[in-house]
Amino acid sequence: MMHSLNKHVRMLTAGAAMSLILMAAAPAFAETPADTLVEGWAIDDIITMDPGEAFELSTAEVTANTYSYLVRLDINDTSKVVGDLAESWTVSDDGLTYTFKMKPDTKFASGNPVTAEDVAYSIERVVKLDKSPAFILTQFGLTGDNVTEKAKATDAGTFTFTVDKAYAPSFVLNCLTATVGAVVDKKLVLEHVAAVTPSAEYKYDNDFGNEWLKTGYAGSGAFKLREWRANEVVVMERNDNYYGEKTPLARVIYRHMKESSGQRLALEAGDIDVARNLEPGDFDAVSKNAELATTNAPKGTVYYFSLNQKNANLAKPEVAEAFKYLVDYDAIGSTLIKGIGEIHQTFLPKGVLGELPENPYKMDVAKAKELLAKAGLADGFSVTMDVRNTQPITGIAESIQQTLAQANIKMEIIPGDGKQTLTKYRNRTHDIYIGQWGQDYFDPNSNAETFTVNPDNSDEGKNKTLAWRNTWDVPKEWTEESKAALLEKDATKRAEMYKDLQKKVLEKSPFVVIFQQTEVAGLRGNVKGFKLGPSFDTNYVFTVSKD
Amino acid sequence: MSIPETVPTAGRSRARANGWAKSILRFLVIIVTTYLGLLAVTFFIGRVIPIDPVLAVLGDRAPAHVVERTRELMGFNKPLYEQFYIYVRDALTGNFGTSVLTTNPVMSDIRRVFPATLELATLGTIIGSLIGVPLGVLAAVKRGSIADQIVRVVGLVGYSVPIFWLALLSLLFFYAKLRWVAYPGRIDIVYEYSFTPITGLYLLDSLWQGQWDVFRDVFRHIILPAGLLGYFSLAYISRMTRSFMLNELGQEYIVAARAKGLSETRIIWGHALRNAAVPLVTVIALSYAGLLEGSVLTETVFAWPGLGLYITNSLQNADMNAVLGGTIVIGSVFIAINILSDLLYRTLDPRTRAR
Repeated sequence: MMHSLNKHVRMLTAGAAMSLILMAAAPAFAETPADTLVEGWAIDDIITMDPGEAFELSTAEVTANTYSYLVRLDINDTSKVVGDLAESWTVSDDGLTYTFKMKPDTKFASGNPVTAEDVAYSIERVVKLDKSPAFILTQFGLTGDNVTEKAKATDAGTFTFTVDKAYAPSFVLNCLTATVGAVVDKKLVLEHVAAVTPSAEYKYDNDFGNEWLKTGYAGSGAFKLREWRANEVVVMERNDNYYGEKTPLARVIYRHMKESSGQRLALEAGDIDVARNLEPGDFDAVSKNAELATTNAPKGTVYYFSLNQKNANLAKPEVAEAFKYLVDYDAIGSTLIKGIGEIHQTFLPKGVLGELPENPYKMDVAKAKELLAKAGLADGFSVTMDVRNTQPITGIAESIQQTLAQANIKMEIIPGDGKQTLTKYRNRTHDIYIGQWGQDYFDPNSNAETFTVNPDNSDEGKNKTLAWRNTWDVPKEWTEESKAALLEKDATKRAEMYKDLQKKVLEKSPFVVIFQQTEVAGLRGNVKGFKLGPSFDTNYVFTVSKD
Repeated sequence: MSIPETVPTAGRSRARANGWAKSILRFLVIIVTTYLGLLAVTFFIGRVIPIDPVLAVLGDRAPAHVVERTRELMGFNKPLYEQFYIYVRDALTGNFGTSVLTTNPVMSDIRRVFPATLELATLGTIIGSLIGVPLGVLAAVKRGSIADQIVRVVGLVGYSVPIFWLALLSLLFFYAKLRWVAYPGRIDIVYEYSFTPITGLYLLDSLWQGQWDVFRDVFRHIILPAGLLGYFSLAYISRMTRSFMLNELGQEYIVAARAKGLSETRIIWGHALRNAAVPLVTVIALSYAGLLEGSVLTETVFAWPGLGLYITNSLQNADMNAVLGGTIVIGSVFIAINILSDLLYRTLDPRTRAR
């Protein structure tokens, strides 16, 4: 009697298994098309493709590969810049006017010629839209009212850019290599502008194509952007109108994959050519696989923790110094950030003008205790740290918690989502915050400003630099020095000034910089010429080819 | 309700119409309050979470004046009740706002991500019930036997093992080692631009268009995540089936049927399961609705661009328009599935019709 039931079950499972086998009879090895590079990458940070608005790392990379700029960072020595659409440039004697000669016969992907008019329009729309990254250009004294005068085409092949102070030329040029410096196709954008009713907040009658460019494309880079679907895919195709050497690949596809282990599996199987978010364990496995290769580059992001000076204990200079001795740099470097970062204690990342490769602090509990005793805190105290719940931040926070305990400091970890801890940080209601800081643009001033400038330390302060967020009243001379370095024409002298500032911050500041991020990638063995740059603006894929 | 025999025919039909109107009205009231409550709770939770929504829009690096201007433009400086009123007013006209993260209108985003989840959840539930119900029946019929033990262990494992871990393990086995299935996402990049979806349900679309190679590829992509979700609902369904069946098999009508000399197959499948099916429908419907919310972890591991991932991502970034839109969709799904299972209930259980 029961066998009839068994028969049912057996038939069902057999049927299911049969159909599975029939459907899944698979090719032996999956391979991406020979003319296409497929990268697995967490691209969920992208919120817009408009170069006048985008301020995200993934967008910086896509823009750098799909747009041309006036000038670009020299990939071989990133403390210098080279011409992209500009053939040459001169700086006037008073240091205020930059004149760029454009390369002849360059074209946008649309076929329209690239002229100085396009450059002027690109800068005009950035300034007038005034989105998050606009300050990179407006810090040169550009406003909606004067931009058409300050950034203008004197003829089709000449563009002049006038700044308000005699800044270091390296500073001005570096800022023009940022995403906001991408040159858009004026004619094409004008076909897509949407009308806007002017208001007190926005006094222009059109959106400069912002709405369209969020997902649209109007560039002249080596690749053209074919499509971006949020949290899914970015597709770039060869731009046959590119003025430079044609890309060996016809197509590059960024496929959104969030998970390190998934990326590793897909890389091993050949379904992706490049894995961009490998965690230490998976990276290790990939580097041991003979069919795969790896590459890495230090990136312009530093990880640090900082002490809010509103907390009376943390405000004592001895306490700040003691904290620098209470980090187990060696252990963190050899385990938690192995392969994805290297110990780095100064605020300027490696690769930037003025970098200072000095890591003077070592873990020294006795020394820290001595300093705490001097501050009258020999018995320690209790404090909290706001920790974003991602690795390696959590691991580092736990390590610090243990080492602090050795000096009787009881630190409580408050875990939170990234945006949540950040909100608290920006409201100055934390004790200790641990996080990372990436450069806004590839120039030492970006970090120098945030670590050493705080013009208004009151809660109403408008300039929310990291110094402000930690209620740190920066010594006036430091702020002065930071500003003076901006005007120093001699690049060597300028670099020296930043080195001096870093030494000061290293000794006396509420910032404990721990390490600099290293970006890693796992590659299929047949991928050639893939190189990560020191910034996401320099992660070029237009030289990549496949065997 | 019972109607007295003496009521004339016309009055009876009027009373019946009245009854209908009443139940429709009651139904409408329930739906409206459900939606309003859902919206209000989500809205206010969204506004009190300690995340600055402007930060989500602009990121950490925006200068102060841009932050202020955006706060103004997005209306965050208005009182909460006013923000809520504006939101509901817009929602009634079909405008659910724009997602910050994707820059698209929320509903067009959901139209894009929901089919991915719908397809996955439907296949998962089909797998789960097609295997889960017979397994549960088997376990109940052979109560205490080895087969029963195995079914219970399978169910227990499905219930207690973290799906994240199981997903990675199955990827390692079926994808990396055996290469039976495809990964990542819903479709191979080769077909990305030769195949235009119509409904967004790729299996149906490719069948409809007669693109067999696409269908095969889509199937190879979906079978593992759907199988996993199926396994998890199977675990639940088989356990519930077992206990419903045990309950039915102990009833006197079964003894009567046996005494009548009916075949055991007839008794189990025709009588016991028929009766057990009534509560089982609710179980399956609930598990289906659960899957339709989107399984965040499964979607993360399989890089599946579905609803769960969309809402979680939005929530983490305080992208409240997207979260609210998602909540409304999920709420509607629950309401729809409840109605459906009520209807099914009526067809399956004659007693509910007799009233």
